[in-house]
Amino acid sequence: MPETTVESLGSFLETQVLDPWKGPKKVIPEEYYTSGHRTCQGCESAQLMRLMAKAGGPRSIILGATGCMYVANTTYYSTPWVVPWMHTQLGSTGSAATGTAAALTAMMRKGKMTKEPINVIAVCGDGGGVDMGLSAISAALQHLHYNLLILCYDNESYANTDIQVSGSSPYGANTTFTPPGKVHRIMHKRWKKNTAAMLAAGHPDVKYVGTVCTSYPVDAMNMVRKALSIGGPTFIHSLDPCPKGWDYDPKYSHELGELAVETGMWPLYEIERGKLKMLGRSQRIVNGQFKRKPVREYLMRQGRFAHFIDEDYDYVQKKTDEMWEKWLIPGVIPFFE
Amino acid sequence: MNPPSTALAEKIGGPGSGETEELISGSEAISHVCRLADVDVITAYPIRPYDTVMQYVSQMIANGDFDCEYIVAESEHSQFEIVKHASAVGARVFCGSSGVGWFYAFEALAVTAGLRLPMVAMVGNRALDDPGAFGVEHNDALAVRDLGWMLNWVETAQEALDTALIAYRVAEDPRVFLPCAISCDGAFLTHSQAIVKVPSQEMVDSFLPPYDRGDKQLHPDNPITIAPQANEDWLMEMRRQNDQAARRARGVIIEAYEDFNAKFGRDYEPFLERYMMDDAEVALVGMGTMGMPVKVAVRKMREQGKKVGFVRVRWFRPFPAVELQEALGGMQAVGVIDRDYSFGSSHHSGTLGTEVRSALYPLEKSPKVVTFIAGLGGREVTADNVVETTDMVFDAAEGKLNDQDTYWIGVRE
Repeated sequence: MPETTVESLGSFLETQVLDPWKGPKKVIPEEYYTSGHRTCQGCESAQLMRLMAKAGGPRSIILGATGCMYVANTTYYSTPWVVPWMHTQLGSTGSAATGTAAALTAMMRKGKMTKEPINVIAVCGDGGGVDMGLSAISAALQHLHYNLLILCYDNESYANTDIQVSGSSPYGANTTFTPPGKVHRIMHKRWKKNTAAMLAAGHPDVKYVGTVCTSYPVDAMNMVRKALSIGGPTFIHSLDPCPKGWDYDPKYSHELGELAVETGMWPLYEIERGKLKMLGRSQRIVNGQFKRKPVREYLMRQGRFAHFIDEDYDYVQKKTDEMWEKWLIPGVIPFFE
Repeated sequence: MNPPSTALAEKIGGPGSGETEELISGSEAISHVCRLADVDVITAYPIRPYDTVMQYVSQMIANGDFDCEYIVAESEHSQFEIVKHASAVGARVFCGSSGVGWFYAFEALAVTAGLRLPMVAMVGNRALDDPGAFGVEHNDALAVRDLGWMLNWVETAQEALDTALIAYRVAEDPRVFLPCAISCDGAFLTHSQAIVKVPSQEMVDSFLPPYDRGDKQLHPDNPITIAPQANEDWLMEMRRQNDQAARRARGVIIEAYEDFNAKFGRDYEPFLERYMMDDAEVALVGMGTMGMPVKVAVRKMREQGKKVGFVRVRWFRPFPAVELQEALGGMQAVGVIDRDYSFGSSHHSGTLGTEVRSALYPLEKSPKVVTFIAGLGGREVTADNVVETTDMVFDAAEGKLNDQDTYWIGVRE
């Protein structure tokens, strides 16, 4: 029997070599996610789909779990996808990626399909990824011999079904399932789940986990390219401002994404082969080169926090400060030293 | 568990050597089909009693007798979703479950049929918990009867093997493209051994063509969008296509059996097995391993001069209404024995009872149909139970028993 080595745990299939694009002018003009979608004005998740499809290129298969990017985005007779796309169930993002990668692996190994590296990307919202699909995503990240990327587009609510609270909604947000009322001002008292770091810590053999924000589009595309090139299962979590769910003028989507990073509420980082690196503004926060903006500047711009009073802002500020000042790894890994 | 048969490849002896005889269980028989059909992706998750098939599959893989992507999923939902997606890419797949495990996968089961994705699954029939029971009831597999799944029940390990091969051919036929579940009664078939003729690779290859997804394959060379949001604009037309596929399946099944019987030297009637029906005046109807005690009892009653026969329904979907009309039309009375329940249903019968009654209703002279429920939770249906049941069917024929009600057999009051 051949000895099992670390190498034999990996895929027998190679990945595509997708080098980073050094600046916006180097980004290819081709689009693989085009007209036909019916997402809201200012939808950053649709923007993420466009960037992801561009980054992955034409030899990709995209799987999309139920959510905005399915219901609003992929309608019969007006699909925006130039690359092959298939719907998967709300809790099946990890399973869709695993099944697709397994089929490619088996058929290429047995000579039933021409051998070539094909990107497998499965996308889910926070409902599909952080809530219902977490178990299957965790399972997908254990299968080291399949090359796949799971991309969570987190708009912090079940935005497609009418803005209901998810495990990724920020504390106190007004959603249709957590409306402020005469007796209870704050109906949503859970703290946003720390998904990317949890998945990285829990699946240490995964070669790439990262967080992105479409306000930094070239970085986001290059992280997708890195995740697809590095091999094995990978995970990227994107924070996507949502005009409908967050209640703001669509023209501020880009600015709100920046504010989420600058206030420290959405840290940008990557964990590549077990090595953590803070990225962009988040790196400068850690290094002391950039002073975090008060969370109030971010929260006050959004109607979903319009019911907040001082003590609510203070609470979110205190929790955010803890992420940066008291956590074992600032903004990433909790547990106090 | 029994260890998988060893060095199987050597025993079979390569192409052209015909069949070999093995003492194996229903689960092991189906595991041979996974190997012989060169299945590409298999997903497992533990639940008794179906899980024995995966124990045999995994051992074959570990021994190098069989090459496939074998994934132990973290739930039945993922188990069925993974193979669903593999099938869309063009891989031949196998899966299975039992009881509440099958129900945990229910969402995946619905969309697999809705998407017209071929898949062969084994259901080791088991009672739905709670209260917990490992034994057979048919409610698990029957739950998908309206969704486009083809469903059949087999009686022996040999029939399990043969039917699984036929199932791949029918499910993957582009005129059908529907999933198919093979139901094996838990314990009575999944765990019971019998002599089974295991065909050679050459025989299987002559019968089962490769799975070709054609222009429905999800691949960068064929950049289609599968399962977009269709809404009221198109959904009804799509449902209609599904209905047409289920209708076409009938003919494709008949074709497959004809070819299978010719190549494998068997004499299966596609949808039904008829036992001592030639001059029968009353008939019993049932599915699965219940056929064994029923046949013993029918032989015994024939010796006593009672003109009773038995019809075992092999395929529940597509439902053989025409064949049942022809087989049962001349009976004085028909007794349907369900190993399932449908609480609150018309006449309080099980599901098979309702379907048989419905199938026979259009006949000009429809026989009386009296329905029974027996063997729930794996309780044994004895030959004496069958004799008692048959006497009640004769009573119904003579108008001495209310044929509008359902009777529970072998139950404590």
